This record gives sequence, C-alpha cells and structure tokens, in this order.
Amino acid sequence: MSQNDLSTRSSLRFHDLWAYDSAPESPEMVRLKDRYDLFIGGSFQLPESGKYFNTLNPSNEVVICEVAEAGTKDVDKAVRAARKAYDQVWSKLPGKERGKYLFRIARLIQDRAREFAIIESMDTGKPIRESRDVDIPQVIAHFFYHAGWADKLEYAFPGRKARPLGVAGQLIPWNFPLLMAAWKMAPALATGNTLVIKPAGSSPLTALKLAELIQDADLPPGVVNIVTGSEKTGSSIVHHPDVDKIAFTGSTDVGKKIQNAVAGTDKKYTLELGGKAANIVFADAAMDQAVEGIVNGIFFNQGHVCCAGSRLLVQESITDELVQKLKNRMETLIVGNPLDKNTDIGAIHSKPQLEKIRGYLSEVVENGQQIYQTQCALPDKGYWCCPTLVENVSQSHRIVQEEVFGPILTVQTFRTPSEAVTLANNTPYGLSGGLWTDKGSKIFNVGKNIRAGVVWANTYNKFDPTSPFGGYKESGIGREGGIHGLLPYLELLK
Amino acid sequence: MSKRLNVLKTCKLYIDGKFSRSESEHSFQVFDKNGNPLANLCHASRKDLRNAVFAARKAQLDWAGRSAYQRGQILYRMAEMMEGHRDQLIAELEHTVSSHRKAESETDTAIDRLVHYAGWTDKYPAIFSTVNPVASSHFNFSIPEPTGVVGIIAPDQQPLISLISLIAPVFSGGNSSVTIASEKYGSIACTLSEIIHTSDVPAGVINILTGFRQQLIPHMARHMDINAILYGAGDPSEKKTIQENAHLNVKRVQTYKETDWTGDDVQSPYRILDFQEIKTTWHPVGM
Repeated sequence: MSQNDLSTRSSLRFHDLWAYDSAPESPEMVRLKDRYDLFIGGSFQLPESGKYFNTLNPSNEVVICEVAEAGTKDVDKAVRAARKAYDQVWSKLPGKERGKYLFRIARLIQDRAREFAIIESMDTGKPIRESRDVDIPQVIAHFFYHAGWADKLEYAFPGRKARPLGVAGQLIPWNFPLLMAAWKMAPALATGNTLVIKPAGSSPLTALKLAELIQDADLPPGVVNIVTGSEKTGSSIVHHPDVDKIAFTGSTDVGKKIQNAVAGTDKKYTLELGGKAANIVFADAAMDQAVEGIVNGIFFNQGHVCCAGSRLLVQESITDELVQKLKNRMETLIVGNPLDKNTDIGAIHSKPQLEKIRGYLSEVVENGQQIYQTQCALPDKGYWCCPTLVENVSQSHRIVQEEVFGPILTVQTFRTPSEAVTLANNTPYGLSGGLWTDKGSKIFNVGKNIRAGVVWANTYNKFDPTSPFGGYKESGIGREGGIHGLLPYLELLK
Repeated sequence: MSKRLNVLKTCKLYIDGKFSRSESEHSFQVFDKNGNPLANLCHASRKDLRNAVFAARKAQLDWAGRSAYQRGQILYRMAEMMEGHRDQLIAELEHTVSSHRKAESETDTAIDRLVHYAGWTDKYPAIFSTVNPVASSHFNFSIPEPTGVVGIIAPDQQPLISLISLIAPVFSGGNSSVTIASEKYGSIACTLSEIIHTSDVPAGVINILTGFRQQLIPHMARHMDINAILYGAGDPSEKKTIQENAHLNVKRVQTYKETDWTGDDVQSPYRILDFQEIKTTWHPVGM
C-alpha cells in the first residue's frame, strides 16, 4: 500500500526469529460438487434462468465450483414451494415436532462441523481457526437454542398469543455465510415460518451444503428453499408479493433500498446493517487486556464485521503507551493461508472489497496522513491487506465516518468520558461499542450513553444465540437472538 | 339586547414548552358540528416542524434520564390536570364531533388511559428486559431504551382519545415527540397542549402542531433527525409516503389503525416496546 514510517517502529524484532511451521487443515475430506443447482421444494432443481456463476477462493483466486443463478421465475417457484409447505405442513405441525427437526439439524451440523468449517474458510477467506472455533460452533448453538423455543412461544410474550407470519425471505451477507444463515433460519423455523433464503453471491457454498444436510434431516419439502444468485435475485425476493417478511443483513445502502422497496406493502422487515463502532479505552483500563480486545475487535474476520471496533478512542494520557503496545501486538499477527491453523488474518473476501479498502487508504495518504501497516509477507495470489492503523484523524474524515469493512483501525484521543461518548455517537450508525475500564460505575454510565444495540465492556466481539443483536439508528431495525429475536417473526395477538 | 359576540380563539402551536404562532403567519378556521366558526388554528410550516424536532431532540436525553418513578408521576400529573379540565374537554368534543354520551366516555377513557401508562413506566423495563444465559463466562443483559425522537400523526377520528393513545406509549417510554394533530379537530389538541403545559412535562418532550397533514407528512418522513414515525391517521397513501421516505435514515415506522380508539386492546405495553431499542451489554465474569 504505502511506505511504512520506520521511525515509529519499536526496537523489538519480529518475524525473523521464529517462523511457525505451516499447519494446514486438509481440504481432502471436503465433498463438493462441480456444480450446484437451486434447492427448491426439497430437491436440487435446474435454474429456469439456465445461468450459472463461479465462486472462488479469495486466498488463491481459484474457482471452487459453479453455482446456479436464480432468476425471477426461480424465485417465484421457491416462494410457491415455501407457501405450500407453510399452508399444508409446517403451520399445522405442533411446535414440539418443529423443534425436533431443528434439534436434528443442529446435531447433523455438529457431526459435519469440520467439513463446514473448511468450506467456509475456502469460500470466504477467513482463517480456519475462526470458522472452526466461532462460526460453525455458533451455527450449531443457534439451531439448538431456537429448537427449544418452538413449543414454548406462549411463555415468551406475556398476555399475547404468538402467530407466525408465513413465508420469510432472507438475504445473507458474505462475511459470516453459514452463521448469518443460521441466525435467520433458526428463529424463523422455530416460530413456524417457512423460508426462501438467498446466500451472498460470493459465498454460497456452506448454505448449499446445508441444503444437502436438510435433505438428510428429512425436513418436509419446501420448508427451507435456498436460491443462489446476485443482488437481482435478492431484489426478486424483496419484491415478491407472496413474501410476508424480509430479513436482511448487509450494507446500510442496500438495507435502505429494501426499506424503500417494501413501502406500501404489508411486508414486515428486519434490517441488520452497517456499523462504525467506537472501542473506548480509559486510562484506568487493564492495558494488555485492552490491546487484545482492540485486536480482536478490528482484525477478527479481516475486519469484515458489521460490529467491528473500527474506531479506537483512547484517553489522552495513555495514548503513546497503548498505541505502541498495539503496534507490537499487530506485528505478531500472522496473515496468510486461511486453512493454516496458525493464521490470524486470512484473505480479504473479494477483489471489489479489496479495492474499496485500498480506496479509503489512498485517500488517507493523499490527505497527507500517515498510515501504519505491519511488515507482513503476503502471498502472491489472492486478495490481502496487512493490519493497518490510521492515526491523527478527526471526526469529519471519511475513514472515521464510513464503514470500511477491512482490517483498518483509526485512532482518536479524548480527555473526558463525556467527550468519548460524544465521539462514539457521532456517526449515523449505532450497532455496537466497546469500553475498557476498571471502574464499574464508569461502565454503567458510558455504556448507557452509547447509542448502540450491543455494548461490550472489557471484552469485544462476543456472540451467543441467547443474546439479542442489532442496531440503533442507521445500523438497522429489529434484533436477532434471544427472546427479542423471536418477535420479528411473529404477530402478537390478544 | 344583541347577542354577545363570542371570542374566537386562535390556537397556537406547542413547541419547546412555549405557545407560538406559526412561522408561516397563516391560520385556518375550524368549525363546530353545525358549521359555525369555532377557532383559528395555526398552519404549521416546514420550519415549525424543524423547530419542533430541534426542541424534541434537545429534550429527549433529559426525559429518558429521569427516573421511571418520576416519569410515572408526571404522566399521572397530566391525568390529574385532564380530570380538572374534564368538563371543558367533554364540551369541546360535543361541540365539534360527538354526542354528549360519547364525548363523556371518550374523555374519561382518555384520562384513564394516561393513568394506565403512568403505571407502566417503572414496569415495562422489567417485562422486556432479559438476563441472557450465554455459554461463555460473561454476564449479559438486555434492556429497552427509548428510540429517541418520534413523529406522530393523529387521525380526525375520536380526536382526544386517539391523540392520547398515540402520545402516551411514546412519552411514557422516554421518547420525545412531535405530533401533527387532527386537521379538522385540532382545537382539542390545543386544549391538550395547554393541559400538558401545566403538568410538569419538561419543555420540548411533547410538541404539538396543527396544520395540513398532506403538507407536513413528507417533511416529517424525510427529516433526518426523527428516529421513528407513528402513523395513526389511516390513509394508505399518506402511510406509503412515510414508508417510502423512512429509509433515508432508517426510521422505524409503526401504524396503528383502530375502529374504536376507546377499546381496551388499544393500550398495551407492547406499544411502549414499539418505540424502544434493545441494548445488550456484556461483561466478563472472572477475577
């Protein structure tokens, strides 16, 4: 990207002392077909559109396989299959039985966890350590958790009777493909809806493997339909008149288009959109823990995380020490082959995403500001970006206001807690926030004043199916997870 | 002896705890049910709406920061003040739209509804909060917090009880609001403003405008500092205008449509929840 300023580098030596032996996860056990069709009504069906597109591995730019592109007719077929399954089977099934299907799905994923993890890392570029230890275990946990709700909905909303909405259209992002699919499928099915789900165009494979698993689980045909495709396919789902609810996770721009598109209809919607979270470190924080939290906050999943702690706010008196410690820690991060178990940071998910990140960084450099990037050796092929710090920025800079969705952390300083809160809240977003302090009363005070749906105090980027997730302001509408995450899939009747 | 000429009141806008004439310097006449002039209402402009939103934003954090106990007390105070003006409210309703019997029942239900919500302020957070049993070693809890500034559009139908039914859940939940009152029966909203003004409601927390819905709705729907809109006027095209523009800043849009606003099922803590955001906080458990 640009020249690093060597004068700010610490005198510590990195990189050349111990090289880790490579420890790659073998993709041999993975069973993938050369071509995937659309999963509609319980079986794989050729696309009416006749079109297919490639999905590739961003760490080596090799095509993994071919996937069908669903057109309007295909989407219509899927919606009709979902409606039929809702009317004839799923809405009539007792909650207890619905729950057992979900338990069964959870168990089957558990049995095939390794294969899912490897495919996820191949298809997205994320490190195997994350797909193996976070994505897939969380997927399983989500199905287990929601399975138990299916026959207990009467306890969730006192004084009201809960009724499913019908057919849900669900649009999944590329950053956590199977996990976000689970976040949407599990509550939708537990509450008694049927669904048409569209994985992101650049990461469809784990959803298609899940389709195979759903066949093995003997889920009634049409309860889950999986249609792959582009943004156009998503748009067909959003505009389909027989879809009762849209659940979308993705960029704020697309979320706004969806909100506009469903105007004048009775469709319900939940939007889980972008973020620009502040990670606030107070002078009384446990500094080494804070450094770990900052690293986890921004470099987890290459920074392709809507709730990433992409703005570091440091109390002025500890800035120099904290930033130096952070730089030292960053130098030890291993960037490379996603399938290597030592890898901390994998490949940037796609070429357009890499170009977007580079665009932001070029702008920073053109403005005459310095960036700090670690000295990491990058593979020749694939899309990569070294962990990056941007210091001396102010609130009006684009890189501070806009979601970059990459391993880029900006650093700002503050003096008082109220200044930190003002800075934290000064973007259109409100998805998450972090704060680090040893003082309990400060946690409650600052945590209360951060206008965001998730606050991590002395931790960051933690997720759990029992814990509601979602944004304030332009970060979205509605929650996923926990009791609050059931509500968007239900109508409450007296 | 000639008949006494009655004094026709010009009802003012209620913005930031003050009664002001419209920036538009226009007013319009409203009539009683026999077609006789009843009052002059201010014709609120886009600028008036902006001023009201500005006041609402300024007041919101303080209102949300009051204790739930105190918010309940203020709602109850408002009910007390309404009770004091009960005869006036009944007479106004009877004059403009209702029979005496209906006017009485509408007024009484409106007062009782405020009392109902007064009692919710320190209870709904407990009903809608959760402590979440996460699998990792963290303490994790979710609580409702007010969405912020809410735009409210009231119907002509049952102009007092509908107005209270729309404002109360938003207000009791710690939000501030800007309401566009009924076009035809805005004088009732004016009387309500005067009651609110003497009820310890902090300035700017409730703002009430009179004017023309069709003119004001697009501005409200496009305003970038309104977090949510509650539409209660039942017109599909107005509703669509709001929904189409809400995306500009991802406004939450709720529509309440009632055949009878005095019905018991019109009041519910779930309507408070409609204007709440759930915040989840994590903290490690350890040494």
